[in-house]
Amino acid sequence: MSEPITPSQTVGPFFAMRLPWPDGPFVVPEGTPGAVTIAGRVYDGAGNPIPDALIETWQADPEGRFAHQDDPRGASASGYRSFRGFGRCPTSPDGSYRIVTLKPGPLPCPEDPGGVAEAPHLDVSVFSRGMLDRVVTRMYFPDEAEANAADPVLSSLPEPGRRATLIAVPAPAPDGPGAPNGSPAAGGASAAGGAGGSVLRFDIHVQGDHETVFFDV
Amino acid sequence: MTSGSLVVPSYGRPRGVHPPPDYSGYRSTALRHPKKPLVLLPQRLTEVTGPLLGEELITPTDGDLTGQHDGEPQGQRIIVCGRVLDSDGRPVPDTLIEIWQTNAAGRYRHAREHHPAPLDPNFTGVGRAITDSGGNYRFITIQPGAYPWGNHYNAWRPAHIHFSLFGRAFTQRLVTQMYFPGDPLQPIDPIFNSVPDPKARERLIAQFDIGLTQPEWALGYRWDIVLRGRDATVFEGGPDFEGGEDQ
Ligand SMILES: [Fe+3]
Repeated sequence: MSEPITPSQTVGPFFAMRLPWPDGPFVVPEGTPGAVTIAGRVYDGAGNPIPDALIETWQADPEGRFAHQDDPRGASASGYRSFRGFGRCPTSPDGSYRIVTLKPGPLPCPEDPGGVAEAPHLDVSVFSRGMLDRVVTRMYFPDEAEANAADPVLSSLPEPGRRATLIAVPAPAPDGPGAPNGSPAAGGASAAGGAGGSVLRFDIHVQGDHETVFFDV
Repeated sequence: MTSGSLVVPSYGRPRGVHPPPDYSGYRSTALRHPKKPLVLLPQRLTEVTGPLLGEELITPTDGDLTGQHDGEPQGQRIIVCGRVLDSDGRPVPDTLIEIWQTNAAGRYRHAREHHPAPLDPNFTGVGRAITDSGGNYRFITIQPGAYPWGNHYNAWRPAHIHFSLFGRAFTQRLVTQMYFPGDPLQPIDPIFNSVPDPKARERLIAQFDIGLTQPEWALGYRWDIVLRGRDATVFEGGPDFEGGEDQ
């Protein structure tokens, strides 16, 4: 009854032949009211951008629910028909990626469904050449200070000083005068930003002084 | 589900199955692996659910990599089929599989591919399939070739097909490679050998299957893929999230 599982292997340098699809970065269609663009770069241990990584995101809908048989609460009654929860974006030569989505709601914790909640978050996978298995992190939202403080994952990190690596930062509008040099959102987030969506910056450092917290899931 | 409780499955964490993040034989891992210890993430709703991507992504030619162009591709035609299971032996139905591979000459159709082997105008080398209700999948394709890479002097990758699978949950996501039996490059390939357990390594190798082979037409290979399994668990305030047998 117990089958040994199949080992992971690297995605290699040529995943772009199949894995990206044109609307992959769009968890919701561009221009969806309330859309937020998550943009950032992926860096290696030398601080160089990783130009051949693939980012995947998975998250609850704005009511904190999943249209999935293992969410015992069931899908949101209001339905989010254009929302698929999943985003996928390969990095550009400058290491940048972006995902256009809706902010998820908070989630009850199975341990304590009436009390503790998980703060709104996305689960994030990073694949690339040179990674024999994906690495997994989470992205939290900067405007959720109270929920983040109570979040069971953020509040129990072995190294609390690295907590900030899991929280996105508000980014200036990519078209605006405050846009950073070489904004990772360049050419990507501008449409969503211009359409009134907000932009968050979430850089991922696979290794190095600013190494992102990664999880054993 | 009773009032006030939230029942979610738990997926055992495999130990000793996947390659280590840092494997010196594969040079590119050096700057691309986390050096800090991974933090144990309890499996809650985000982890036990996952994208259920389906038929809307599939076109009729996606499962037949030999039928995507006007002419027939060069090379040995093969059928690759098998089952996607979880480690409890249950089939994983309706799950998306994505594959990509070289042509018969060992060349990828990709802008950054520099191997001076011929391109095949009748072969792209990408496919998609959805498992059926029994977890079965099937591709028709061409035997991929070995190709050189820059990892070390005279480095060649054994023939392989890249596979990407979702399963039903974020925890089950798997990207891997399928190899062919009897390939002399396997014992000297750092990526294949990054899997620490020789038995686990063997699970990456498809089996030739004469029963699957079609007379006058194509060789058959069978390759089953096993994702992490699940156990339904009720949590009542306990911190123990580590279900499953592979601790
Ligand atoms: Fe390859």
